Amino acid sequence: MTDCLELKDVTVRYGARFALDAVSFGVPQGAQAAVVGPNGAGKSTLFKAMVGLLPMVSGQVLLHGQLRADYKEPVAYVPQREEVDWRFPVTVFDVVAMGRYGRGKWLKRLTSADRRTVRESLDRMDVADLAHRPIGELSGGQQQRVFLARALAQEPHVLLLDEPFTGVDVSTREATLELLSGLRANGVTVLVSTHDLDLAASRFDVVVLLNRRLIHAGPPREVFTEEHLHEAFGGQMVVVDGRMIVVDQCCCGGDAEGGGSAGDGAGRDGR
Amino acid sequence: MIAWLTEPFSFAFMQRALIASIIVGIVCAIIGCYIVLRSMAFLGDALAHAILPGVAVAYLIGANLLAGALVAGVLVAIGISFVSRAGTIKEDTAIGIFFAAALALGVVLISTMGSYAVDLTHVLFGNVLGVTSADLWITAGLAVVVLGLVLLLYKRLLVVSFDPILGRTLGLNIHWLRTGLFLMLAATIVVALRTVGVALVAAMLVTPPAAAYLLTRRLPVMMLVSAVIGVVSSVFGLYASYYLDISTGGAIVLIATVIFVLAFLFAPRDGIVWRARRRAAAPRG
Repeated sequence: MTDCLELKDVTVRYGARFALDAVSFGVPQGAQAAVVGPNGAGKSTLFKAMVGLLPMVSGQVLLHGQLRADYKEPVAYVPQREEVDWRFPVTVFDVVAMGRYGRGKWLKRLTSADRRTVRESLDRMDVADLAHRPIGELSGGQQQRVFLARALAQEPHVLLLDEPFTGVDVSTREATLELLSGLRANGVTVLVSTHDLDLAASRFDVVVLLNRRLIHAGPPREVFTEEHLHEAFGGQMVVVDGRMIVVDQCCCGGDAEGGGSAGDGAGRDGR
Repeated sequence: MIAWLTEPFSFAFMQRALIASIIVGIVCAIIGCYIVLRSMAFLGDALAHAILPGVAVAYLIGANLLAGALVAGVLVAIGISFVSRAGTIKEDTAIGIFFAAALALGVVLISTMGSYAVDLTHVLFGNVLGVTSADLWITAGLAVVVLGLVLLLYKRLLVVSFDPILGRTLGLNIHWLRTGLFLMLAATIVVALRTVGVALVAAMLVTPPAAAYLLTRRLPVMMLVSAVIGVVSSVFGLYASYYLDISTGGAIVLIATVIFVLAFLFAPRDGIVWRARRRAAAPRG
């Protein structure tokens, strides 16, 4: 069986430094994969390279065996922090409707089917009541849900979510997890980057452990071994009484606040 | 009163001036929405000054000044777009270099003419009363092209202005669209040359859209309100200049500025008067 999503020797460089060094892995059709690794491991870089926002030095991204550039089905990508001007005069509905553009629809008006899809997507992310509000008036969590709704409105075959669980409120986190369950039923292939190792181990079919190069990719049980984790996290991991503890310091400025921010870490049995 | 309103337009040159002013009010106000939302006001000002050498060359060889301005505007727009694309220099730096170089070239060319020709001061400060039929045709033609492109590219420009990353993942060519917007801006500036002149065109690109931004929440409505403000400013500026015998371009820009100040103070949501009242009411409530 060919994988829905396949990376072959993907290499990205910032100047002389390798951000990603020959990363290869595959995700089967309809599977959900979590990309984990310490800060600076290249998780966001991987996503950007996959959607063509960053040039690759070498390597290929294949979707259903086709090169990404030749693949015409929609790939939705929700970046970690949208490079979006929140003061822009658009409503929530307008933003989600943008998910229906493309696919040769740049010149056509939205059809009633398009509008229905937009409304369903708003409903699914529980932001339908905000449809006519300007995007800038929403809270951070609501804004993220709007962008997830837009990704849904794209009716993607492949969905890439960069750190959807970082810095969001509990209800947005729950809404995102529900969305993932729903997408599983629809057979959408999903790739999510996260610092939440516990979540990666419990909710995902495939885990991709990354630290500029691929440490290991496969089912969580295979990936989360002492050896692999030590390779990825180094000093951020300790073994106490045969139990491994990984402290994955999240990206959101935890340094200044000290140990309290290590709550994203997960403790798991060694074997 | 009716006579007061119609009297100026018993002259053919005033009729041409009115048509030109209305076109300028609409086109500048609509393209200006992108300029304001994408924070490109500096580019608008720079492009306006950068067309000076084109005008000077056209004057020297006896060609139509607007045609010369258009050629120069297009060349500078493409130049800025490609230099900033290389990524070694930031966009505003690239704009600054092109702007100054083109302006210097214009000044040098004009200084070779011996005396500063009257026509060239009209380029700087506008002379809407001197609009010829040929000018009017060029102006109208460019306006139709620019507004047609805004309609044709509406969704694409909306996406790349609001969220360039989505634009890229939907397969849009960001660089091509940006260059296209620069070219539309260059054409718009040429359209405005006769009415407000190089020195004040940036105001017509920025002031009506900025006022409209304070009053609206969606881009199509913002464009519409901006166009209305642009037309009102142009028409009333023309009357003011006729009856008070003042510079037309200056009068148009000052009226637009008054409208902006009113919007800034009294806009229902963002106006500082209501904000102050809300703040004053808050502690008690």
